[in-house]
Amino acid sequence: MDYNNPNFVLMVEDLTVSFDGFKAVNGLSFYVEPNECRVMIGPNGAGKTTVLDLICGRTKATSGSVSFKGKELLTMREDQIVLAGVGRKFQTPSVYEDLSVFENLELSFPRGHGVFGSLFFRRDAEVKERIAEIAETIFLADLLDEKAAFLSHGQKQWLEIGMLLIQDPELLMLDEPVAGMSVAERKKTAELLNRIIDHRSVIVIEHDMGFVEDIATRVTVLHQGKTLSEGSMERVKNDPKVIEVYLGH
Amino acid sequence: MQTDRKNRFLTREEAVYFAILAAVVFLILPLALDPFRLNLFGKYLTYAFVAIGLVLCWGAGGILSLGQGVFFGLGGYCMAMFLKLEASTPENTAIQSTPGIPDFMDWNQITALPWWWEPFHSLFFSLLAVVVVPVVFAFIVGVAMFRRRVGGVYFAIITQAIAAILTILIIGQQGFTGGVNGITDLRTLNGWDIRTDEAKTALYFVNGALLFACLFAAQYVRRSKLGRLLIAMRDQEDRVRFSGYDVASFKIFVFCLGAAFAGIGGAMFTLQVGFMSPTLVGIVPSIEMVIFAAVGGRLSILGAVYGTLLVNWAKTTFSESFPELWLLGLGALFIAVVMTFPNGLAGLWSEQIMPRARKLFAGGTARPAPASPDTAAGLTQPRKAAAE
Repeated sequence: MDYNNPNFVLMVEDLTVSFDGFKAVNGLSFYVEPNECRVMIGPNGAGKTTVLDLICGRTKATSGSVSFKGKELLTMREDQIVLAGVGRKFQTPSVYEDLSVFENLELSFPRGHGVFGSLFFRRDAEVKERIAEIAETIFLADLLDEKAAFLSHGQKQWLEIGMLLIQDPELLMLDEPVAGMSVAERKKTAELLNRIIDHRSVIVIEHDMGFVEDIATRVTVLHQGKTLSEGSMERVKNDPKVIEVYLGH
Repeated sequence: MQTDRKNRFLTREEAVYFAILAAVVFLILPLALDPFRLNLFGKYLTYAFVAIGLVLCWGAGGILSLGQGVFFGLGGYCMAMFLKLEASTPENTAIQSTPGIPDFMDWNQITALPWWWEPFHSLFFSLLAVVVVPVVFAFIVGVAMFRRRVGGVYFAIITQAIAAILTILIIGQQGFTGGVNGITDLRTLNGWDIRTDEAKTALYFVNGALLFACLFAAQYVRRSKLGRLLIAMRDQEDRVRFSGYDVASFKIFVFCLGAAFAGIGGAMFTLQVGFMSPTLVGIVPSIEMVIFAAVGGRLSILGAVYGTLLVNWAKTTFSESFPELWLLGLGALFIAVVMTFPNGLAGLWSEQIMPRARKLFAGGTARPAPASPDTAAGLTQPRKAAAE
């Protein structure tokens, strides 16, 4: 990788967060290129989710820098980071259970994000078409009027992915998108993810190695808040350090 | 197909419910009640303004304020200050050592009108202040709390403390506020005597019209994307934040809106009842207002109006015969509602009564109900499940 490439979408440099002295992420640096799918793996407690939390502003960093297309994210509010083009999917499906699938998607439509913008938001043809299109992609076209509470676990995960898609972020961060899914759902999700990661940068946290091999451009292995190894799946898989702490013998 | 994807302002069913309430407020009550009782119901309806605001803040947005009496009181005091100044002409107050200032100031050895009372000589300014003062105060509280992400129980406790503080302040500053007695002996509004039966009846209708204006405003908010965002925030605040919304600003907005409604209600209370006092500002009335909304149904703006009327009617009836037992009864009622039907009367109506009535009218056939089972302007979207 060319570390002088000025076209990185995301540059994380020397990122550190300390919780009462415990450094969950410790001097971490990595760089994401346009259209790259970066997968983060590592044992439990390695700091994977914390890294995503730091990038999207949910957790405040102790030191370091996160630069997205030249903008420093660490000083921005969560909603500003989202509007700058960073989307985040949580580990457990977080959808609005009391609203319908249609309404869930509508709230993520990238328009009317201010108080008065949302008060006078109009549900016009553009909005409806885009929602129909996304619903088709996430296999929920027939369930648009269903309350989200009545969806299955897998369908909720898809809905949340759809909510991110409608935002159309340049950088998409997914935290274990296939966890807790049935085999059939998992296959469908892999297919879905392969389609949506096409023309954007993606950071994925995942444990399913088959799935990782399928989608990853590059893999970062985290261990105790630091990069243990980085590179192609092939390289990482054969790295003795990785085998020792994560993949097993 | 039940979810209203056209997103109309009122569904047909909701329009019927609005019409029924309008008939109750503008026809049935005025025809059935004598002027004294009608005035009493007018007073109850002023609390409904607060309850509607609570439906938006608490029911939709999950923000429980136990200090709405503050905003009711601020609106009421702004109105009372104007009326008091009008009643305190030099001729009317000739026996005072300083004629031309409100009587309670004179009793407290104050010899000149405080500067912040001066603008309340103007009716226009006072009417503006009825809305603006509560909203500005709510804005300050909202920014201080919501920007720091104070929510839930902590927010409720702080609003409660604010209600207590304001009451103590009003009582302590007797010379400027009338103290524990409040501002009393109000007579005319721009020369129009508000103490006559005719005036009280007229004010009842003005009150009803304003109530419907607030109901329509609340309905607009509920139907807007902002209304759905409030529900979304209640369930998944983080998801809303990470969908690009500044959650705090939405909470501030709805809290200010609730304060504006409460302020209007307070002003109408002053006009119809003829005084304003700290007993309407403090902790007890603030909690009572939450109970009105809970009994009526905290998800339903119309339910909140019925809840307010019902609880207050019960209060008047029972406290006439058993004054000591009333507060206990009110507490028991609140607990019973929360335990057995958490969505209040509106929930009881839409979940129990309407489905049964529909079955009855459908003649026992399995045909599913054609319209939304979520009635009385409930906030939840109807489940359609098997309905198609």
